[in-house]
This record gives sequence, structure tokens and C-alpha cells, in this order.
Amino acid sequence: MATLYRVRRWLADGAHFGIVAAFTIFAAFPFYWMLITTFKRTTDLMNRTHNPFLFHEPPTLEHLRVLFYDTLYGRWLANTAVVGVLVVVVTLVLAVPAGYALARLTGRWGEQLGIGIFLTYLVPPTLLFIPLSRVVVGLGLQDSLWSLVLVYPSFTVPFSTWLLMGFFKAIPSDLEDAAMIDGYSRLGAFVKIVMPISIAGILTVVIFSFTLVMQEFVYALTFISPVSQYTVSVGVPTFLVHGDVYFWGSLMAGCFIASVPIAVVYNFFVDRFIAGFTVGAVK
Amino acid sequence: MATVEARDIRKSFGTVRAVDGVNLSTKEGEFLVLLGSSGCGKTTLLRMIAGLEKPTSGDVLIGGQVVNDLPPRARKIAMVFQSYALYPHMTVFKNIAFPLKAQGMRADAVRQRVEWAAALFGIELLLHRKPRQLSGGERQRVALARAVVREPAVFLLDEPLSNLDAKLRASARDELQQFQRRIGTTTIYVTHDQVEAMGLGDRIAVMQHGRVRQIGTPMEVYDEPADTFVAAFLGSPPMNLIEGKDCLVGFRPEHFLPKEAFPMTEAASVPFRVTRLEYLGADRLLYGVLERPFPEQKVIAKLPSTVTTSIRQGETHEFVVKEKDLKFFDRDTGLRTAPRPLSTQFA
Repeated sequence: MATLYRVRRWLADGAHFGIVAAFTIFAAFPFYWMLITTFKRTTDLMNRTHNPFLFHEPPTLEHLRVLFYDTLYGRWLANTAVVGVLVVVVTLVLAVPAGYALARLTGRWGEQLGIGIFLTYLVPPTLLFIPLSRVVVGLGLQDSLWSLVLVYPSFTVPFSTWLLMGFFKAIPSDLEDAAMIDGYSRLGAFVKIVMPISIAGILTVVIFSFTLVMQEFVYALTFISPVSQYTVSVGVPTFLVHGDVYFWGSLMAGCFIASVPIAVVYNFFVDRFIAGFTVGAVK
Repeated sequence: MATVEARDIRKSFGTVRAVDGVNLSTKEGEFLVLLGSSGCGKTTLLRMIAGLEKPTSGDVLIGGQVVNDLPPRARKIAMVFQSYALYPHMTVFKNIAFPLKAQGMRADAVRQRVEWAAALFGIELLLHRKPRQLSGGERQRVALARAVVREPAVFLLDEPLSNLDAKLRASARDELQQFQRRIGTTTIYVTHDQVEAMGLGDRIAVMQHGRVRQIGTPMEVYDEPADTFVAAFLGSPPMNLIEGKDCLVGFRPEHFLPKEAFPMTEAASVPFRVTRLEYLGADRLLYGVLERPFPEQKVIAKLPSTVTTSIRQGETHEFVVKEKDLKFFDRDTGLRTAPRPLSTQFA
């Protein structure tokens, strides 16, 4: 009996570990492939008899040299970061108050407005870029990063509002009532109580918006022509694919460098994303 | 310190009238209980006094001053919520210090006040903990400490004991009353628990459908109910109400006693057939029906265990009720009416 129990326990632990390991490999594998391709010689990479996941020739920094000295990759990274930060700021400024208002505006109106805002997120950029390009030209923002700062919130704000609405709704309104009785205005209660409690939601919005900005392609391609104003998502495929020749090493290096900071930041805050933050507030 | 007054106060949510013309005023330092079943408007009334809801019409006065347009923070009140509403991201110390910080008090003064309030409720050792690391009773003490720390003019308590288990609730009730007597702050306490209301209140306002049905001392509302609602709401089991010719006659189960044990004069004699018995330790509950000349209506008798008269299921006994313990109510309005001889009601 005890042996049977031990075997079952062992199998259960094994299955548990196996599933976690499988997911970890699945998630980390693209990073590994990007990393190894970055340092592989092109001859090693292109030889079809070589295992693509191992080095057969000594590693090289050639692909990184191409990336940083033959293209404006550094500039594109900076552009992307500037646009990302500005869009995150605009998104927070608009979505935090909007999400809070919708969460506390109970009844039919609040819910329908919330759904309406979310629906605008579902309209694809491939449809919107034509009318929006007229708007951008009308404002004289063509070929400027400001055009992206203007347009990107059109998809980050609706989603973020909707996401924050859920976070704010989960906060019992008793907490704000208590803060208002304890000496704060509604705005004060929001800043002192609601914001710190929903920090997980706000961080999610920050990372989510920044990621969307980094990967956006259609608007960045159509609104901006000068190479010096490109973002990473446009610059890398434009300059590292010549006709049907792919500069795989530099392409992978460009993708790896751009994606690592986000992954690091996300892992850094991951325990903050775990729910249960308001446990102990009520009951 | 201050008094609280509500003048013809009303609140509607759409077509629902949550509070429907309430007039009441507390005395200085009084412990006033708002008692009613859920949905009777007692919490809405409390929230209007706190300034968390705006009355549809009517005035709220605190310390003789109309405060309708003042925000909650300017009303010199403190409130304890049913959920306690502790700030989950702050330690107990910061929770209690929160109202003082809002006033811009200096850090050393804040520390002193927080320590004073914590000592008052015996939670000095919990100051560094977060609310999620506290038990229900400890959370309740923190909520109370946060309320008293700034010495408000009025305390508003919204069912603060309802999340505690029965044993803890009894001791918390005791502590709460002692504490209120000691600091003497006017207190309004909302509850649906009649034992809590009777035990704590200097006066009780019994509410139903957004109106105050009766306001008075626990003795007044129990012994002299103003209408059939109050009569049936208070007491466990509630008052027996039997239909007479032109009024309702009420008597409490504990006043309905076997004649053998209580051979009283000036008492109405009533034949009572017992259909079911419940032995509850301290009491015996007898369920049964009245017999002629009374209508065949169900009533309950509650005999203390000191009354040892043998009564079995199916037997009919003569029971008595003192005439002063009979209450008469109007059949249509349910309001108390003048006493009249029983013989005019049951022939």
C-alpha cells in the first residue's frame, strides 16, 4: 500500500515537473535560438549538415558589428524607447482616470461605455492607417516620431482602460469611503489608496503598452520615411533583408537585444502580478 | 462632542425609496442603535450622516450645524465599516496613523497618538503587521483604533461585530460599550441583531421600509411596542398576535404562563392546546393553538426552566396572561390602541 502510494506520488511529481519543464523550454527556446544565431558564423549557419542549435565553428561578433556599424540600430532602439515611454505616459494619463470612472460609474451606462471602448480596440490598424495617415499629414506630423506618439494610444488606451477597470472594480469601495472619512477628498483617496493597491494593474498596463509599441509595424512603416526616424520593428527587417537575402545573424541580434529588457523587467515584477493583493482589506 | 440630527431625510435610488422621511436626533454622548432587517435603509441613513451619500431631500445636522454640503472629511466623524475597510497595503501602524497624517500632524505626535489608540484596544504588538496577517477580531480592533485615534465628535458604526464568531461577538460587545461609556462620544450603531441592539443601545430606533417605526429605550421598544411590526420584530420568539373582533391582541411568549404555576388574579385565562414542545435548556418553548372562546390560532409560550409544571404534547392547559401584559393594536394600521376588556373581543 505504502509502495503504491509512493509510486503514485513519484509519478505525480514527475508529471508536475515535466509539464513545467516543457513550458519553460517552449518559452525560453526562441531566446536561445536568437542568442546562438547572433554569434554563429554565416558559413556555420548556412551549412545544412550542421545542427542549428550548436556551434560547429568558433563564435563571431561580425553580426553585431554589422548591426551597430552598418545600420542605425542604436538610433532605432533610442527612437523606440522614446516613443514607448511617451506612449506609456499618455496611456496612463488617459486610461487610469477613465478606468476608475468606468469602474465606479455603476449601472447600465458604465458597462456599455466600457464595452464600447473595448470594441474600438478590435478595429485593426491595417484598416485604420489610411484615414489616420490623413490625420497625421493634416497635423504636419508625417516623418516624425510624434505621429506615432499620437496614434499608438488609439490602441493602447482602450485596452488599458478596460484592463484597469477590472482592477479598480475588484477594490472594495469601502476602502475609498474610509479614506474619505479619514480626511481625504475622492482624488486623495484615489492617489493614497486605490493607486497603490492597483499597482499590479498599472504595471501590467505599462509593460503591455510598451510591448505593443515595440512590435507595431504598419503605422511605423507608413507614417515615417527617414531612416533616422525608424523604430526597431521597421528598421531591422527593412535593412537586414536585402531582396531574398536574410542577414540572419544580425536579424536575430536585433530581435534579441530589443526583447531582452522587456523580459527582464517582466520577470522582475512577476510576483507583483500575482493576484490576492487586496486580501485582508475586508472581512 | 456633538449631537446628530436627521430632519425629514429621504433617499431614493431610482424608484426605490431607501430612506423615506426619517426624523431623529441623538442626545449628547448617547449610544443610539438603528435596528432593522437588511434592506430597511439603516445603512443608507448612516451613510448619509457620514456624507458618503447625498440625501434626496432633508437635512443632516451635526452639532446643530447643517452639514449637507460638507464632504465626509469635514464632518468630524469616524466610521467603522462592516468590512472594517483596512488599507491592505499599509501596516497596522500606518492604518491607524492614516487619519492623523491626513490632518498633517507631525510624525512624533502621530506616533504618540497611534500608540495611545493601540493600547486602548490591546493591539500594541500588532503595529508592524499587515491586515492580511490579522484574525477577524484583531482587524476589528484595528478598525476601531483607526476610528478613535483622531477623537471624532461622532462615531458611526456599521455592523462592526457581524463578521465575528458568536463567542468573540459577546466579548467585543462588552468592550465596545465600556469603551463608549469611557470616552462618551455620541455613537450611532447600525445592526440587524436585536440582542446587540438591546444590549448596547441607550435608545433604539427600529426601522422598516426606510422609516423609523419607533424610537425609545430598549425597555420601551420591547415592553411598549408602538405597532405590530416592532412587536413582532423584537423578541425571540416574537410577540403572539391574535385577532379579536375589532383589534389585534398581543402578548409575549414569556408572559403566557400555566395557571397551575401562576394562580394570578387580574389575569386573562386562556385554554391552550400544546402541539409541540422544544426543550432549550434554559427555557421550554410550547407551540400550540388556542381553544374556544378564542380563535384557533397558533401561539407560542416560553417557560423558564424554573417552571417545572408537567405539560405533554396534545394536552390542553389553562394559561394566564396578566392584563397589563396584553397589548392592543389597530387591525388596519397596526398601531397601538387603548386596552379594552378581552370579553368584548372574544365571545
